[in-house]
Amino acid sequence: MKKLKKFLGIIWIAIGLTVGYFNIMIMGLPKLQSGKQEDLVFAIINLAILTPIVVGGLLTFGYYALSGDYKS
Amino acid sequence: MKQNKIRSVIIASSLGTLIEWYDFYIFGSLALVISTKFFPQTNPTAAFLSTLATFAAGFVVRPFGALFFGRLGDLIGRKYTFLVTLLLMGGSTFLIGCIPDYNNIGFLAPVLVLLLRLLQGLALGGEYGGAATYVAEHAPAKERGYWTSWIQTTATVGLFVSLSIILLTRNLLGVEQFETWGWRIPFWVSILLVIVSFFIRRKMEESPIYSKMKIEGKTSSNPLKESFGNRYNFKFVLLALFGAVMGQGVIWYTGQFYAMSFIGKVCGVNGQQTDLIMAIALLLGTPLFILFGKLSDSFGRKKIMMAGILIAIVSYRTIYTKIYTTIDVSKKSVTEEVIKSRKSIVLFNHSNDSLITIVKSYTYFDGTQNDVTGTDTLSNNIIKPNKEIKKSILLNQHDFWLLIFLVFIQIVFVTMVYGPIAAFLVEMFPAKIRYTSMSLPYHIGNGIFGGLLPLVATYLVTTAKVNNNPEWYLNGLWYPIIVGAVCFVIGMIYLNKNDNKIEE
Repeated sequence: MKKLKKFLGIIWIAIGLTVGYFNIMIMGLPKLQSGKQEDLVFAIINLAILTPIVVGGLLTFGYYALSGDYKS
Repeated sequence: MKQNKIRSVIIASSLGTLIEWYDFYIFGSLALVISTKFFPQTNPTAAFLSTLATFAAGFVVRPFGALFFGRLGDLIGRKYTFLVTLLLMGGSTFLIGCIPDYNNIGFLAPVLVLLLRLLQGLALGGEYGGAATYVAEHAPAKERGYWTSWIQTTATVGLFVSLSIILLTRNLLGVEQFETWGWRIPFWVSILLVIVSFFIRRKMEESPIYSKMKIEGKTSSNPLKESFGNRYNFKFVLLALFGAVMGQGVIWYTGQFYAMSFIGKVCGVNGQQTDLIMAIALLLGTPLFILFGKLSDSFGRKKIMMAGILIAIVSYRTIYTKIYTTIDVSKKSVTEEVIKSRKSIVLFNHSNDSLITIVKSYTYFDGTQNDVTGTDTLSNNIIKPNKEIKKSILLNQHDFWLLIFLVFIQIVFVTMVYGPIAAFLVEMFPAKIRYTSMSLPYHIGNGIFGGLLPLVATYLVTTAKVNNNPEWYLNGLWYPIIVGAVCFVIGMIYLNKNDNKIEE
């Protein structure tokens, strides 16, 4: 279990990076420029609130897991 | 501690927390009226501001309230801090009900609404952690899940009370009076509730664990630094967020808010019937918070919460497909079609070109009724095809109760994940930084991951519909399913199932 917890750290980092790419390049910047108000509201909330929390949080969580902080 | 004393602690804490949730949700329940009173309908910038203010501002500032008041709670005590949050919430809510309309004071109206909404969010951010910590620190160790589950009922009961007071005021005054000035009454009611709750809370004593720590000089001098600057504590803050509260937030808001928006807006059920479906399901489901809180004392918090998340994410698509197909009138045969009203507006002077608004009432074989509002355009004496603007479906008794059952199932999931979570969070952090440390993940998970769910899910549904996705109505569920699934995996692997002690 200890090894699994550490190994999964890589997965959380990978998920963090994937979510970051997806949220910025697909669900973020293009929507910001679409000209539709509903796209604009969604893009701002996505880029300014959800993405920093999800990406920053998962990268830190993954790093801690990989470093063995959650072993016990 | 004697049972009577615990009961008075629960009543005092829960009443205040319930009022805060009532205040927070009354704004959401009256969002439509608020947007017409305080925001100009023609200015897109202000309309944008109103959208942001209504859907996001109150949720987004909750974590900041958690930090600010959490720090105060760890520095000066639990009791005084949540007295302040109670007054701040009550005062802000009362003042929202006093702001003159946009027609009277112009742009100052939306600015004041936004500021007061931010104060509401800050107050709520400080309230919940204080109440949960206070109750948990009074409760016997083996009954902590049971006693804190009373605090957990307050969010749902607060939502229920806000819907009930609005329904009551609207019925007493009539729709016209309610929309003119009567909508302010639910905001004013808050101040009376807050005054009563303030005097009850003022008589309470400080939490025994906190008092002991204070006497021994063991309180934290800098709870923010110790919670988030210390890697040992911060790793638990992250684990609480990603392994429990994030999933709890999306399950809570799917069952209690997205269900309402799906039935009303996506499927087009009549507004009053939607409110009634939600209110009955909430009422039936509320006692289960206590049941699952109590069960978590025997079986462990982790098992109950993770089971709730797993069952929810596996069954959401089936439940929402059933809701959609039950309401979907395109599969039902019409027995009667009546034109209820017809209004014509001439578009240009010196021409016959007109916009004709028609309300047609359809009755279906199974007793369902549907009022469809549509428009025809008359141009050069040729009528162009009808465009549907709005539908208002009135379900038959069988389908009405079936929908209550389908929402009730979702409330059961909510109670499984939410009932034990206060005790779970309290037990995760040491007393000297408990208020700060547990408040932040709770308000990010619940307020941001959960609070933004209706907005994100509705956006996904709308986009899928525009793109002609055959299962467009299920697309909004991807957000709670993915977030819930990640939370379930992290929770199952990293959470400690035996971690149910309160550290001093």
